[in-house]
Amino acid sequence: MEIILEIIMIPAVLATIKILVIILMFAMPLGTVLTLMERKWSAMIQDRVGPNRANIGKFTGHGALHLAADGLKSIFKEDTMPKGADGFLYLIAPFFGLIAGVATFAIIPLAGPIGDFTFQVTDIEPGLLFIFAITSLSVYGAVLAGSSSNSKFALLGGTRAAAQMISYEVFMGLALMGIFMVYGTTRVSGIVDGQNEYWFGNLIPMWGVFTQPLGFLLFFTALVAETKRAPFDAPEGESEIVAGYFLEYSGMRWSAFMLAEYVALVGVASLITTLFFGGYHIPWLHLWESAPQWLVTIMQVIKFSIFTLFFCWFQIQLRWTVPKFRFDQTMSLGWKKLLPLSLVNVIVTAFVILAFA
Amino acid sequence: MTDMSALQSRIEGDSSGEDFSASIMSIEIGPAHPAMHGIVRFTTHLDGELIVGMDPEIGYLHRGFEKESENSKWIQVIPYTDRLNYVSPLLNNIGYSMAVEKLYGIEAPRRAEFTRVIMGEISRITDHLTCLGAVAMEIGAFTFFLWFIKAREYLWELVEEMTGARLTTNWTRFGGNASDLPDGFLNDLADRLVKLKEIMRECDKLLTRNKIFIDRVKDVGSFSKEDALSFGFTGPLLRASGIPYDVRRADPYSVYDELDFEIPVGSVGDCFDRFLVRMEEIRQSILIIEQAADKMPEGPYMTDERMMHYPDKKDVYGNIEGLIDHFKLVMEGHQPPAGEVYMPIEGGNGEMGFYLVSDGSGDPVRVRMRPPCFNLVAAMPAMTIGHYVADIVPIFGSVNMIGGELDR
Repeated sequence: MEIILEIIMIPAVLATIKILVIILMFAMPLGTVLTLMERKWSAMIQDRVGPNRANIGKFTGHGALHLAADGLKSIFKEDTMPKGADGFLYLIAPFFGLIAGVATFAIIPLAGPIGDFTFQVTDIEPGLLFIFAITSLSVYGAVLAGSSSNSKFALLGGTRAAAQMISYEVFMGLALMGIFMVYGTTRVSGIVDGQNEYWFGNLIPMWGVFTQPLGFLLFFTALVAETKRAPFDAPEGESEIVAGYFLEYSGMRWSAFMLAEYVALVGVASLITTLFFGGYHIPWLHLWESAPQWLVTIMQVIKFSIFTLFFCWFQIQLRWTVPKFRFDQTMSLGWKKLLPLSLVNVIVTAFVILAFA
Repeated sequence: MTDMSALQSRIEGDSSGEDFSASIMSIEIGPAHPAMHGIVRFTTHLDGELIVGMDPEIGYLHRGFEKESENSKWIQVIPYTDRLNYVSPLLNNIGYSMAVEKLYGIEAPRRAEFTRVIMGEISRITDHLTCLGAVAMEIGAFTFFLWFIKAREYLWELVEEMTGARLTTNWTRFGGNASDLPDGFLNDLADRLVKLKEIMRECDKLLTRNKIFIDRVKDVGSFSKEDALSFGFTGPLLRASGIPYDVRRADPYSVYDELDFEIPVGSVGDCFDRFLVRMEEIRQSILIIEQAADKMPEGPYMTDERMMHYPDKKDVYGNIEGLIDHFKLVMEGHQPPAGEVYMPIEGGNGEMGFYLVSDGSGDPVRVRMRPPCFNLVAAMPAMTIGHYVADIVPIFGSVNMIGGELDR
């Protein structure tokens, strides 16, 4: 028993276990369930019933079996490759997005630390800079898929994706600059703990959304555009360029794109929760001094999950409510409106900090 | 502008002939493409994302309606007209029947005309709802498509109640209709109109004033009055360009001159104007339906002229004229007097005219239909060149091409 405990406490082993738990128990299942959630919720918005036909005998699970049916279908579907495609790049492209989406969870804490044990895969010093690096990587997925498919529609989608993601990268960083300045760190645990402070005694928690309201809107917009979700889904443009960069894919590789989209959706929601809504901290909980540690941890995980789910829901709601931008409108919105706004945000934040510090 | 060598290499399956580095890229939009909701092909030439050339190619849905009609009896053409504009089949029925009535020089009874007005306007609303829903869906607002389709469903249930079918209506006859108003139809109609208005209000709130939606359709595909006239536009697109031409007012047929309604007119003829014109026309059609329902006269729904419809059974078995009429109608069909007519009515997309030639026998010599969207599709290159590839979607959506009436 003690040997097992000792092996587990080796940092490398511990990190691996955390990765497996967070990714296999949190990110992937949530991403999968979100596909069903999105179908059901959009059905509600549109006065439809939604998926309800996949069944085992009389059991349908209100559409839950469609998840299994979809998975099975993807696995057994032929993995096609168009003639003239660049074989190797075509085959690996789907997994860039998925890897990048999953890697986001490496630095997100699900609950507060208990002693030395943290509910976070790694708390590296660069922190959020790591996120920027990783999300840039997901550009390659779209670009490689678009250019290696030997299809003009896919090529158009790939170029759109490249232009859009690189542009939005720029002010995604700038939008977060305010957060770095307010909390004085890029380390995620530092930012989360910084949000556990209060203004006016114990009145208002110093959540990122209160210290950086404009930064929140900008960062959220940038993240949605970065993950190519509606209303910024011009790279997929299902009505004019059919499906954009992943037009030619089928089977499991197509599913990898889809799964990457939903994992990224969860990633966006959890990042927003971590950076702007106090992360796992429950406001005013410190007033209850005799709270048992295990209860606090459970409550923190629940609070984090609720906020994450809320922002997942919000993105779904967004997708089914508004039309989508045309590609050049996405670009002009980014460069002409949001970039100057985020610069203004940085300057105003700097002056406010100078004035009050 | 078809590049034969590229075509050849594609046929032979050699992809090396496709040169992505060329500054002009040709891309086949259609015939199987999500935005081409009839079947049509646009060979589009792109400079980056900018459209520099476009060749429309139509005819994928040609079924030989006109030739088939020549080999049928006059009355047998009516079911074929269902399949012309298949989102407003009743308007086709009405147009054809009125053309034959013009050939005969007769008119349907007033009750039949008022019923036709109601059913025709219902069809116009379903046509516009389908078009607007498709435009909204293709620029990403999928929800509105399903809301509009829900509204259309309410109306199609009325059509089913009246004709027994949703699409293959086959409802009008020469000199009247196949059926009278069913019991309780006007009450159902009033109910459905209330629901329709509710949906229209919801969509107005969420879509018409939506900034993203306006950005997508404003100043896209603008078409001036002069251009619209020179291309022979009719219907909502001509009115969106600023010309208040509507066959219902310009050349009143049926009982439209007794009804009070307005003709909405746009200013610059862009996709937003077309959207607004169609939305307003739906509201005007609701007004027309309400007035027609109020004024609905009592009386027969079929003319009592001889040789226009089968005589009653008691006449067939009871007197010689009835028997002869029945025999002649079954064996020879309707025999309109020799001559030719052109009868335009306002279809969902514009002026839908039937040109008929008769030699006095039971078979039509010529049945020609003027499809309103033919001219509109012909103007697609003029409307799209200079716009982005994503703009094809709202422009083509607002053209509302219906393969059935375009290719016939």
